[in-house]
Amino acid sequence: MSAHDDAPTMAPATTAMDPHVEEVLGIETPAHPTEGDVTIQNYTINFGPQHPAAHGVLRLVMELDGEVVERIDPHVGLLHRGTEKLIEYKTYIQALPYFDRLDYCSPMCMEHSWVLAVEKLLDLEVPIRAQYLRVFFAELTRICNHMLNLGSHVMDVGAMTPNLWLFEIREDCMNFLERASGARMHHNYMRPGGVHQDVPLKLLTDIADWLDTRLPRLFEDAISLVADNRIFKQRNVDIAIVSREDAIAWGFSGPMIRAAGIPWDLRKQQPYDVYAKMDFEVPVGTRGDCYDRFMVRVEEVRQSARIMKQCLAEMPEGPIASDDRKVVPPKRAEMKRSMEALIHHFKLYTEGFHVPAGEVYVATESPKGEFGVYLVSDGTNKPYRCKIRPTAFSHLQAMDFMSRGHMLADTTAILGAMDIVFGECDR
Amino acid sequence: MLAPAPAWATNLNDATVDAARAAIGSALIDAQIRVGEVQLYVHRDGIVAALTALRDTPGLEYQQLMEIAGVDYPAQAERFDVVYNLLSLTRNHRIQVHVATDEDHPIPSVTDIWPVAGWLEREVFDLYGVIFEGNRDLRRILTDYGFRGHPLRKDFPMTGYTELRYSEEEKRVVTQPVSLAQDFRTFDFMSPWEGAEYALPGDEKAAPGAALPQEKGAQTPLSADTIQKAGTSEAGKTPPKASSEPYAKTTADSTADTGKGKAETDATPKPADPDVIPSKQAGQNQ
Repeated sequence: MSAHDDAPTMAPATTAMDPHVEEVLGIETPAHPTEGDVTIQNYTINFGPQHPAAHGVLRLVMELDGEVVERIDPHVGLLHRGTEKLIEYKTYIQALPYFDRLDYCSPMCMEHSWVLAVEKLLDLEVPIRAQYLRVFFAELTRICNHMLNLGSHVMDVGAMTPNLWLFEIREDCMNFLERASGARMHHNYMRPGGVHQDVPLKLLTDIADWLDTRLPRLFEDAISLVADNRIFKQRNVDIAIVSREDAIAWGFSGPMIRAAGIPWDLRKQQPYDVYAKMDFEVPVGTRGDCYDRFMVRVEEVRQSARIMKQCLAEMPEGPIASDDRKVVPPKRAEMKRSMEALIHHFKLYTEGFHVPAGEVYVATESPKGEFGVYLVSDGTNKPYRCKIRPTAFSHLQAMDFMSRGHMLADTTAILGAMDIVFGECDR
Repeated sequence: MLAPAPAWATNLNDATVDAARAAIGSALIDAQIRVGEVQLYVHRDGIVAALTALRDTPGLEYQQLMEIAGVDYPAQAERFDVVYNLLSLTRNHRIQVHVATDEDHPIPSVTDIWPVAGWLEREVFDLYGVIFEGNRDLRRILTDYGFRGHPLRKDFPMTGYTELRYSEEEKRVVTQPVSLAQDFRTFDFMSPWEGAEYALPGDEKAAPGAALPQEKGAQTPLSADTIQKAGTSEAGKTPPKASSEPYAKTTADSTADTGKGKAETDATPKPADPDVIPSKQAGQNQ
């Protein structure tokens, strides 16, 4: 009797027998070793919440088939601070700094939605210089935000140098914003009715110089390293293609919907403040992949610089806040001379102003997309309900279908091109 | 409208209400235009059909669901208001769709119309406890793993019920009832002197315009919608104020205008250097 005769019946292809036993029995496995993978199961890994490419505290529960992503379940809310609940207990002016802390990469644009919502309920007129200043600093904030996002995106896919150069620009932006507001990140600069204080002329001329010289040089140098780079394109082109229909159904906005080929920009379509007077282009993508999203943001930086130059050229002199004494606190000099001003100052910083009952949904084009505030007022000095519409919520939710079928390493590119910040996502 | 809010096609508001009445039918309870925004009040059983009609009917075309917001009105019979904010890309128009419910009655999910509704409904469920029937993934989303309660309800205290701390004995994070080192402070600033809701005899003689607040931001029983409509009708009449200093006089002819006292006349001339005490003779150092 020979072991060779009955070997095929003893050893099915998927046997878990020890190789040593097979050798003793003289069995030859009939199939190729890698073809018998029917017993290999998908496995699940945790991406984050502590991961440098997660851009904050994102936890992705990934189901992987080898290196291919089968399913992603994003867990958010690890940075939930109850902002909406806190705002219900604050006056309208006290609620403003909470908006800086939502999207801490573009704080001024968060404030913009809030002050516009309050002004809409108040039906408050805003002086033209204040509107220019808001637009001007919102665009500076947009550049500041895109520097962080573009830099971290290229770093996520492997390039180091552009990030360092772009952070130079971001540092410049923060210095300018500090000179305007007094704070590098949490500016608390805008107010219902205008802005907090006027800017010195020297700051405006410095920014004008910067826009003409330093920004284009640093930015174009940094982008020239990646825009046509072969490795960068390999990592981004045709990754996570989103069709127009998907972009609409998933509630995309901002660069995400524009990269999908829909020229939708709230600054253009639904202009607020002085955006109606601004002359700028809305870049759109053609394929809807990660590379398009990247390049849309690159072009937006150039357009933002264009808007800022127009603001500098056109900005008139004049008051920087409404002269409505029930909303805007008086100047310090006025308080020294007028009893009425002193009373108003005291009342505004204790009781605050009252907003008539009503409910509005006001959305602006933040650097990440449509950032909305659904504000319900009951006529008192505190908001009855303030629902914040984060941009990240709809984008991150689409992470599942965008990553499906791509490699594990592509998720960082997809996530980088989404531009997610968790202060805003989790609120 | 005076405020520089985003300018979408508010001129379509009236046509939108008419078209929505025709498209939604009997499920539409009420339709209002307030503060320039269209608000539709829809019965919750007809919400899926209504939103599908709003998306697909030509002339309405609300392709995008931007937001689902919960609002809690504990005094109402059905305490929760769930607000769907829709956006039409083709007509450049926004609309609010309100649905009322309470803790027990679920709202049909709209995840089959818009996949983005999945997380938005999860959030309303998490923060308010509104149940969405048909949402296959109705887990908590924003609050912590294992959190209990629905924190944005008005009867949920802002400080919460529990707090976390690291226990040195157990070498792990433990949950314990919240203990405040200082009492939670809320101040009632509602002034009894302003904006009282009772009417004094003779108030009815005043013109309707007189009931408007003197300035925007003053306490008023009027709604934002009333003020806005009054503001737009009178916009041409009142010229905007030029000065940013409403309090101070721009010129001060006498000290009575500034509140500053008269200049005091000195009896003796002041020394050139106030630190040096003049003496008759040569001083200590001379």
